[in-house]
Amino acid sequence: MTRAEPEIGPGTKGATDAGEARAPEFQARGITRVYRIGEVEVHALRGVDLDLFEGEFIVLLGPSGSGKSTLLNILGGLDGPTSGTVRFRNHNLTSGDEAALTLYRREHVGFVFQFYNLIPSLTARENVALVTEIAASPMSPEDALALVGLSGRMDHFPSQLSGGEQQRVAIARAVAKRPDVLLCDEPTGALDVKTGILVLDVIDRVNRELGTTTAVITHNAAISAMADRVITLSDGRVSGMHRNERKASANTLTW
Amino acid sequence: MTVLDRKLIRDLLQLKGQATAIVLVLACGVATFVMSLATLRSLELTQETYYEQFRFAQVFAHLKRAPKALAERIAEIPGVDRVQVRTAVEVTLDVADLAEPAVGRLISIPERPTPGLNDLYLRKGRTIEPGRRGEILINESFADAHKLGPGGRVAAIINGRRQILEVVGVALSPEYVYPIREGDIIPDDERFGVFWMGEPGLADAFDMEGAFNDLALTLEPGASEAEIIQRLDRLIEPYGGLGAFGRDDQLSHKFVTNELRELRGVGLAVPFIFLAVGAFLLNIVLSRLVAAQREQIATLKAFGYTDGEIRRHFLKFVGLIVAAGVGLGTAVGAWMGWGISGFYARFFRFPVFRFRLDPSVVLLALAISASAAMIGTLAAIRRAIRLQPAEAMRPEPPASYRPTSIERWVPRTLVSPAGRMILRRLGREPFKAFLSVLGIALSVAVLVVGNYTADAVDDLMDFQFHEVQRHDLSLTFVEPTSARAISEVRHLPGVIRCEPFRAVAVRLRSGHRTRRAGILGLEPGTRLYRPLDASRREVSLPERGLMLSTKLAEILHVQVGDLLTIEVLEAERRVYRVPVESLVSDYEGLSVYMRRPALNRLLREGPTVSGAFLSVDSARSAELYSRLKATPRVASVSLKRAMLESFRRIIAESLLKMQSFVAAFAAIIAFGVVYNGARISLAERSRELATLRVIGFTRGEVSAILLGELAILTLIALPVGLAIGAGFAAMTTQFYDTELFRIPMVIYPTTFAMGALVTIVSAIASGWVVRRRIDELDLIAVLKTKE
Repeated sequence: MTRAEPEIGPGTKGATDAGEARAPEFQARGITRVYRIGEVEVHALRGVDLDLFEGEFIVLLGPSGSGKSTLLNILGGLDGPTSGTVRFRNHNLTSGDEAALTLYRREHVGFVFQFYNLIPSLTARENVALVTEIAASPMSPEDALALVGLSGRMDHFPSQLSGGEQQRVAIARAVAKRPDVLLCDEPTGALDVKTGILVLDVIDRVNRELGTTTAVITHNAAISAMADRVITLSDGRVSGMHRNERKASANTLTW
Repeated sequence: MTVLDRKLIRDLLQLKGQATAIVLVLACGVATFVMSLATLRSLELTQETYYEQFRFAQVFAHLKRAPKALAERIAEIPGVDRVQVRTAVEVTLDVADLAEPAVGRLISIPERPTPGLNDLYLRKGRTIEPGRRGEILINESFADAHKLGPGGRVAAIINGRRQILEVVGVALSPEYVYPIREGDIIPDDERFGVFWMGEPGLADAFDMEGAFNDLALTLEPGASEAEIIQRLDRLIEPYGGLGAFGRDDQLSHKFVTNELRELRGVGLAVPFIFLAVGAFLLNIVLSRLVAAQREQIATLKAFGYTDGEIRRHFLKFVGLIVAAGVGLGTAVGAWMGWGISGFYARFFRFPVFRFRLDPSVVLLALAISASAAMIGTLAAIRRAIRLQPAEAMRPEPPASYRPTSIERWVPRTLVSPAGRMILRRLGREPFKAFLSVLGIALSVAVLVVGNYTADAVDDLMDFQFHEVQRHDLSLTFVEPTSARAISEVRHLPGVIRCEPFRAVAVRLRSGHRTRRAGILGLEPGTRLYRPLDASRREVSLPERGLMLSTKLAEILHVQVGDLLTIEVLEAERRVYRVPVESLVSDYEGLSVYMRRPALNRLLREGPTVSGAFLSVDSARSAELYSRLKATPRVASVSLKRAMLESFRRIIAESLLKMQSFVAAFAAIIAFGVVYNGARISLAERSRELATLRVIGFTRGEVSAILLGELAILTLIALPVGLAIGAGFAAMTTQFYDTELFRIPMVIYPTTFAMGALVTIVSAIASGWVVRRRIDELDLIAVLKTKE
């Protein structure tokens, strides 16, 4: 775990110009995570340190099994590390307090998942309302859906929407509460290129227009061009980090 | 309505078949509960107000003849509130529309209505007019049976003289809510009437001026009934008192109380079965729902929905099903209660009896259904709450299977892959399989126990009316008579065989335990009335001692060989110590038998008889009846045929109606369990089954895997259900084991067959419904959906 530090070193330094002026929004130190699937023990994270700054767009890059989803889940308060600490502003996300984590997710986090995870029995509008109903100062579901260009399909059920549309509903649902941080787990993983770009464009707009700190995890290296900062994970460790001098816009990407 | 609620409703609609099945099962339980308890409450309330408003007495006594002055001394017993003395006699009636003689109980009332005890409620007509002898009020059930009303006439043999009585009114008395004659187990409205007559007229006819032979009294609050009965007995003893008794031994009250007890038993026991099955079904459906919505729950949690909100969401799901079950059950229960109350209103004569749905019963039904549902679903809801969102996002690991132990014993080649799939699934969740078996078994058991009552009553009737009582009619004389009277009877037209008996009222005492009963002295070698034991073997009467019904021995805590104190409630009221020589397990009342000569010897009398059992040539019965009507010495005649008929009528009205409900209810359980089991298997395994179809299994083969599992469960459940049903029947037998009657533990093979059949048919029907869904399985879509 201590061995991981030198690797992080340059990364943290690389972020100084963005971050030295203010404290990082997220601060993760020495995170490990071991879990069991069935009868197999998996070491998903083997000691990760990480800082994330407000308004930043970062891409967590890595092959499947590199631990990036686990890291995202821990940042989003969905999961706790086996050891190590994570702080979001002045919240300690590793105190083990379930209710506090729930409140944290409710107030600060928006999630977008690879398989959209829409509730099949609810329409697009209702899926968004699911979140706006419990948020403190949300936008209306209609505005959120307009933001992702789905004003015309608000009363459709997930089964009546294409994959790209479903993912945009999921984004609308994630941003409708005006979260402080938007966490996207392989948002284009189940989509074709054209639709994927459309979805990435929406995420980019949310980051720019609402100033939401955004983390996208992907195994698709092409997407990293959109980020302020790219962190590479492999085998449960941070293996690299670099800052894009110029961010590419989504519609210039190809893969 | 929140979005989550909308999801809830859509989820419910998605599961409407399964939800409906559960609603129906719960509704059956609630319906039985509401029907029994609401009827019970209605009856209790009616009984209570009736008793109170019409001042139903608390202690009763009959005696030979006492001067009215004695009433004042009785009233002076500390704790006695009011005393009512009167004359009550039984006479033979000659009713126009009845060939055979009937029995009338004449009771004196003051000529001017004065509020006293056991006040009459005038249903029709007017009260008797002072000075007009021969006017009577008659009880309603007798009036209904003969379509008699004000202006009608009945002939009675009063003190040997035929006298026409004029009906001026129809009345009800709290003493005859259930108008039944001493010694009967079923009221015979056609042949037993209660008549109220002006005191002077009755006293005149029976030489009772200034005297009485019957009394009733009420107690002051807090007075000890036992103590007052003791003092009262001492006072009336010199006047031929037959032993006072409290309300608990008052015949009508005893029957009504017994019925209330039965209602309460049904109302508490039966719903338990349905609610248990309902809880089980809710458990499997909700468990499945939570498993299927794993990712949805995780998503909700990811967005910050709290555990409390998730819990409420699933509780609402359960709550809606429970509410629907309670709503439907209450409606059906109220309807059934209304129906059964109509039935009771015909047998229990209250001035006003209406079915009233007490809201507290509904609330109670709601509370117990909700509790059952909570118990059933707690684990599943806890699973939903415990679900770690991050973990739930990942696909579920494949369920771990192991070869079952059966496979180890059976050669591989004998069990097909499909067979192995079935066995391993059952082996993987043996507890769930066990509960499914239990659920299906309960449906068999409900049917068995439902039909068992009919079997038992049928057997009881056969036992009592064909095996034990082989006479056609029995008659009693006004007074115990010398055996010479028998030869007179023997020569009446149509009499084939005549066996006299001696009956005497006694109080049996063993330690502090006492019971009033009658000793029936039978002829040695009796053919017309043969006491039998439960296995229908004839038991011979002991030479000199007593033979008791097992129930009575149990109540008195005596065994064969013990001495029993007998206080004869007749003539000189002698007290004897007599050994119990044998026991007989019979089904009716509390019997005590002796040989007649032995009883005569005990009573220190010559060959005296109280009545006789007759077998009659049916061709000449009309002639016999008219002779009997005119025989002053004969106090009453009772016909076995008539008893059988009224028994059958009541059984047909109550039991048979219940049977159809039971069959429907049991089918609902079977359908609910099998259908839910099959739907859930289908949902859990649609990918697996679709994969099999894709690799070339036929629809039939795929169905066999799914339905084979259910077939195995059903087959295991059948014998288990029959055994549980027999157990329930045994419990029912225990429950009905009362002083008034017992029922035999007899289950006909047809009952077992019916139990199995209805369950198999319900299982096949639900299998068929699911089979159609297997046929509709969309192979591509199923393989594409991620789960």
